[in-house]
Amino acid sequence: MENKREVMKKLDEIAEKIYGDLIKNEIPSLTLPTRAKSNIVFDEHFGVWKYGKGITSRAAKTLDGAYMLLRTMYVAEFIKSMIKTRKSSTLREMYYISEGWNMAKFSSQQDSDSIAEDLEVITGCLREDFRLRPEEDGARIIGNLVIEEVTRSGEKRRIHCQDDVGDAGYSIPYNVEKEKIVFKDADADFVLAIETGGMFDRLVENGFDTSHRAILVHLKGQPARSTRRFIKRLSEEKKLPVFVFTDCDPWSYRIYGSVAYGAIKTAHISEYLATPTAQFLGVAPSDIVNYELPTDELTKEDVKALKSELTDPRFKSRFWKDEIKLQLKIGKKSEQQALAKYGLDYVTDTYLPEKLAQMGVLKK
Amino acid sequence: MTKTIAHELAKKQREISIAEFFERNKHILGFGNPTRALVTAVKEAVDNSLDACEEAKILPDILVEVHTKGEDGECKIIVEDNGPGIIRRQIPLVFGKLLYGSRFHAIRQSRGQQGIGISAVVLYGQLSTGKHTIVISKIDEKRPAHLYELAIDTNKNTPEIVKNEVTKWDKPHGTRIEVTIVGDYKRGRRFLYDYIQSTSIVNPHAQITFVEANGEKHVFERVTDTLPRPTVELKKPHPQGIELGTLIKMAKNTSNRKLSTFLKKEFTSMGERTTDAVCRIANLDKDANPKELTRDEFIRLLKAFKKVKIMAPPTDCLSPIGETLIKRSLKHETQEISPEFIVATTRPPSVYSGHPFQVEAGIVYGGKLDANSPVKILRFANRVPLLYQQGGCVSTSALSDIDWRRYKLEQRGGKGIPNGPAIFFIHVASTSVPFTSESKEAIADVSEIENEIKLALRECARKMQHHLNKKEKRIKTREKFELITKILPEIAKKSASMLEKPVPPLDAVITRIMDVVWIEDIITYEKVERKKVQTTLEGFDEGKNYGYITKSQLLVANYKQKPQKFNLYALIPSDAVVGFIDPKPAKIEEGKYIKWCLPAIEPTGKLEITFELAGLDKGDFDENDLYVEGINPEYVIGADKWEGD
Repeated sequence: MENKREVMKKLDEIAEKIYGDLIKNEIPSLTLPTRAKSNIVFDEHFGVWKYGKGITSRAAKTLDGAYMLLRTMYVAEFIKSMIKTRKSSTLREMYYISEGWNMAKFSSQQDSDSIAEDLEVITGCLREDFRLRPEEDGARIIGNLVIEEVTRSGEKRRIHCQDDVGDAGYSIPYNVEKEKIVFKDADADFVLAIETGGMFDRLVENGFDTSHRAILVHLKGQPARSTRRFIKRLSEEKKLPVFVFTDCDPWSYRIYGSVAYGAIKTAHISEYLATPTAQFLGVAPSDIVNYELPTDELTKEDVKALKSELTDPRFKSRFWKDEIKLQLKIGKKSEQQALAKYGLDYVTDTYLPEKLAQMGVLKK
Repeated sequence: MTKTIAHELAKKQREISIAEFFERNKHILGFGNPTRALVTAVKEAVDNSLDACEEAKILPDILVEVHTKGEDGECKIIVEDNGPGIIRRQIPLVFGKLLYGSRFHAIRQSRGQQGIGISAVVLYGQLSTGKHTIVISKIDEKRPAHLYELAIDTNKNTPEIVKNEVTKWDKPHGTRIEVTIVGDYKRGRRFLYDYIQSTSIVNPHAQITFVEANGEKHVFERVTDTLPRPTVELKKPHPQGIELGTLIKMAKNTSNRKLSTFLKKEFTSMGERTTDAVCRIANLDKDANPKELTRDEFIRLLKAFKKVKIMAPPTDCLSPIGETLIKRSLKHETQEISPEFIVATTRPPSVYSGHPFQVEAGIVYGGKLDANSPVKILRFANRVPLLYQQGGCVSTSALSDIDWRRYKLEQRGGKGIPNGPAIFFIHVASTSVPFTSESKEAIADVSEIENEIKLALRECARKMQHHLNKKEKRIKTREKFELITKILPEIAKKSASMLEKPVPPLDAVITRIMDVVWIEDIITYEKVERKKVQTTLEGFDEGKNYGYITKSQLLVANYKQKPQKFNLYALIPSDAVVGFIDPKPAKIEEGKYIKWCLPAIEPTGKLEITFELAGLDKGDFDENDLYVEGINPEYVIGADKWEGD
């Protein structure tokens, strides 16, 4: 976290660059690393994928570029005013506040979120420095883990993530930094991150967290930054291996990618969010074959996404190449819950133990 | 004496009645099935009405009604016009005798020709329903109207008058026919509507009202009060269009005693030198008596006609619709589609085998037209829509032969009918349109005609491309305008206010961003009292005491970083006359273009040009076609490279 004055200074530098261009009779522009698949490189030091040397210029030469510059300045000004008044807002609130920005108003929240990310990349600050929070994503945790959380009233509260919570589990807050959350005891062998709520609930109902000494995390689709940050801290501080359990389709592999390697959109802070040791447990295309799972046909979009992953540097390992090619060959996809074909207990009694044994966590 | 086989055969040989002839050939005449019969019947009647009005210089007002209330499968068709009417004793012959007509012998552009048309409808009605045809006609306000109930004596090919009486008709003049036929209205309705709509497109001077069987009324409005240019009858045939039989007949009947005089006097385009050349090549004596030539000699003469280069026949016998009226008509009939633009072109007249002809084409583009289905083709011959046999028509093959992919239409392999949001219009006018059959549905594959159609279509295609390119460039540049006029000042203001500094000047940055010369035009129409607005269209809109001045204002803005000096051309329609103009042009080529040599324009400088056109109606000219010379056209938005006249 940067201090306030430095954050404000960095935000002003944006306006200074643009103003300077205009004074010099040059077309105003800002440059930032290209945020695309083509520009991510492996960082040996952190073991994650970060932006490479590719540079994108946002210039007032085109209408889109000009809008981008104008909006960037409006967002910077808005953040400065929040810092001065000690307020914070959600990304969604900022999107609605932009309604009053005339020409600079956003047409979708995706655009305003993306500018906030641009600002992080340009200034090297974090969203938290900008006092912007995401929507409460409510990712859930159940397992033999004790957390100490600083509540609104400033009191430190210890929460046991099995005994002190209901079946829905402990909700991960948007701020999971040390001043907010401290991991106390963790009596478990591994962390299992699960894509879908249905599967999370199945494992909870079957008591998988106790029977197999697991900390279960519900990713809720593409995981929020706080969820990823939480998993990274848990894994590093408590020395726990992490396994990712998803559906068997290209979109799920990207979920794994963002947990383990870093997401393309947030590659500027991959070392802060990604857990390089996280392993993909399944469901893998080879599982479809080995377990004879019920399947659906790959759609056109699926095939396109799979092919794109073949050229994604994050998925260049032997394992992924083989699995993706296999999936393209069989033309099928499947879901976690397809394992119910063999009964409700099959996933906890057979599938997971078998897979975990293969990965060397459980003994056969 | 024993009877020979020839005697036996002779017993069977007799005159064929026209009823039998018709029955066997009704498909050729367009009565092959009840759907087509319905359209053909209306078409023949409407063609007659239009031709009659045109000859009498009357703006046609035509009513078409169909009734299906009678017996099953029967349609009563009523076609009524405000034409000159038909004198009493001719009525039975015109409607009740096949091969009777005024136009068969004339060399001129007209709709009907053989004199089969309307009497064939009467005959078909009689044969299919047994009912008589009723004709009312009136030739003058002061005279009574005559009503005839007619049948055709099919053995003698003569009219049979069932009833003849004087009647009251409140029209000052005109003709009305009521004929009952077996027709399929349910299926034919759509074709009938298309036929009438298409007819209205090529007859912009006509008003046609169509009342459907259920009472629904469609009015196809007149879009011009200017009558088509009167077609001049060619008194003499052109030698290259003549057939052997006709040539022999002419020679037998001539009063000229010398072959050379015969050729010079009774044919068009035959001068002294041409006549000498023909006689020499045919190896015939110039002074020979034409009546005494042998068949073999006539054939030699005919061959010589083909070998010698003979001047083309005069082409003022043709009456094209004209670019402006085609556009206006198409615009009016495609209102519901709200097309993006309409282009049209009229080719100069040309000749095939001694027959003058002229091709016109048009393209309606965009709007609600489906981009993924094949383009629609509207074919016409002598202002008559061709509804059937599209595949067998030379206009279709000419269209299919052009690679439309260059013009941004989809076309597999660059051949065939393309897909795209367009309607194609093709009109062939001729003193003798070479139809593939008597039903006159398709034009035969004549290479001269095919070439002219291709040239016309290509001209339209180029105009279409011009429009599309301009649109694409305009969209891009309009964005830049938004950028420099709205966003950039905001960027400057915002950055200045965040830093608490003065707002910087932007002119230099603006020219860097735009880096183009921008030309735009605004067109307005000013209604003016009509004294006499000069026009090159034939005649004046007599009914109206006002006209329109079409005002174009061009704005040229230099958004380059250096001063720019170049020439600008604005195309003007051939029907228009240039009025007020400022600044002074370097050249005006009437009916073609205006040229300006513009002074140097400084960076961010602007120049305004105004000019006025007379002789056009409101909406005829809604966009300027601009071209530049002496500047890299890549820098210019709103004008293309001038390629010369």
